[in-house]
Amino acid sequence: MTYQMTFRGAAVPAEPGQSIGAALVAAGILDWRTTRKGGRPRGMFCGIGVCFDCLITVDGVPGLRACLVPAVDGMTLGDVGDTGGMEDGDAGHV
Amino acid sequence: MPDTYDVAVVGAGPAGLAAAVESAAAGLGVVLIDAAGQPGGQYWRHYDENHARPDDRRGHHGWSTFTRLRERLDALTATGRIRYLPGHQVWLVTRDENGAFTLQLTPTTSTRVDGAEEAGLSRAETARALILCPGGYDRQLPIPGWDLPGVMAAGGAQALLKGHRTLAGRRAVVAGTGPFLLPVATGLARAGASLAAVVEANGTLGWLRDPVGAMSVPGKGVEALQYAALMARHRIPYRRGTVIREILGEGRVEAVRIARVDRVDGRLAGPEEEIAADLVALGWGFTPSLELPLMLGAETRRDVDGSLVVVVDDLQRSSVDGVYVAGEATGVGGAALAVAEGRLSAVALGVALRRTPESSRRAVVAVIGRLSREIRRGRRFAAAMHRAYPVPVAWTRWLSDSTLVCRCEEVSYGDLVRAHRDLGAEDPRTLKMLARPGMGWCQGRVCGFATAEISACLSRRETTAEDLRPLSTRSLAVPVTLGELAALADDLPGN
Repeated sequence: MTYQMTFRGAAVPAEPGQSIGAALVAAGILDWRTTRKGGRPRGMFCGIGVCFDCLITVDGVPGLRACLVPAVDGMTLGDVGDTGGMEDGDAGHV
Repeated sequence: MPDTYDVAVVGAGPAGLAAAVESAAAGLGVVLIDAAGQPGGQYWRHYDENHARPDDRRGHHGWSTFTRLRERLDALTATGRIRYLPGHQVWLVTRDENGAFTLQLTPTTSTRVDGAEEAGLSRAETARALILCPGGYDRQLPIPGWDLPGVMAAGGAQALLKGHRTLAGRRAVVAGTGPFLLPVATGLARAGASLAAVVEANGTLGWLRDPVGAMSVPGKGVEALQYAALMARHRIPYRRGTVIREILGEGRVEAVRIARVDRVDGRLAGPEEEIAADLVALGWGFTPSLELPLMLGAETRRDVDGSLVVVVDDLQRSSVDGVYVAGEATGVGGAALAVAEGRLSAVALGVALRRTPESSRRAVVAVIGRLSREIRRGRRFAAAMHRAYPVPVAWTRWLSDSTLVCRCEEVSYGDLVRAHRDLGAEDPRTLKMLARPGMGWCQGRVCGFATAEISACLSRRETTAEDLRPLSTRSLAVPVTLGELAALADDLPGN
């Protein structure tokens, strides 16, 4: 069975076991947020949870690493803002 | 108060797996904590086992070593000798007055909205000793255009393949330096990508210049020949003494511009040439993950490859009592060396905690001797490789004013030059405060090495361990929610 997710209204298929980042890349979607300062597109870079470039909103939860989150059928991706949930003052910066 | 384990092993890659099963075999109570959902680390990364296919192990080296360790882990977990906690990251380690370590854990991925719920999922474990096996990740040098979508870390492109059966592009350029570029390129080619070029800054056969090091691990020569054969079979152009000068594209990668570099110091020397590509995979060796050892105050040094690594003695003991470190964190050297270091740390800890029965003492001494010799050979080979594939001395001269160094905070090389020249930032710590490289989400994991080298270069001196430390030290090992921090505060005495 192939899962179906939604990214900005478009259908994105995923194989069970794939990460959402991999599914997006496989669908030809290479970026899913923009940077705060330069508005530059960002997608997968390190691919292993180190760089936080691939932050995405999943079912309304912002700031998740797309490379690490396993795809689940019916997920809605990346439509709450475009920063991937990246804001100043997050606990990670204390 | 949770049970106190004899040892907490952090990381379930080659070093951590070996350390955990060997610790349990020595009679220690073990908790094994790993960020990933299944064991193997980056080296033995494989597709979700719940949806496995027989060809998922293709292209894996030392797979039988993994399956043997894996079987022992499963058996020891089943009998309760190892408590295995996959999908958890350690974000804080503290030590109480009796010397026991408390590790605060958070789920690696959680799609819960509520921070309070998240705090409910987090937990703490305590242990008398630690074996830290945090591994590492691709080291990067900033290149103009390296933040374009379609540019990935070499290990990231490989992780997509090995862990997710996903080919990140159709026409790839793999670039940087080191032997790791070869498995990445041949893996992509085998999965169906067209490989436009492997762009290697150094010469191929440099490591043969150091016969003592090269001969230390004869199997490695065979491995190199196998990759050479695969490169030939897939007709992959191997461009030596060449670097990517610039990555080009509108909104995504379209091409790279490559140039020859001077053989001695890596200064740009040759004509430029443009190569079309939709995937660029970059790697300049590896950066060990040192958050936890540094958090505990372990002594560090700058290794042959220029990376900051933990100082360990001949039994894998760090400068902090009760903290053993194994694998890439003690010096980048590959999986076989990591397994030997993991085993040695466990055997040594078993002896230190007096769990070795008198009758088997002689056998344990023999094992320690054998592992120590294997580790010495592995380190000699690693050092030879590091010397053969250095980051070119003149690499900072490839940068232009607008080249992004810190991808998170979008700090350019020009920003760093101005902070140095106009504001007097003479060292990386000051540079970080004034220009903010390494202050974003990744906390300097990606740009830390480059920023340290740039800082030293601007001040016209060699990079030192002191330059690397401020960019490797993090107050929390991974970002956590405010809910988790608040929960921790609630547990403090007096609250």
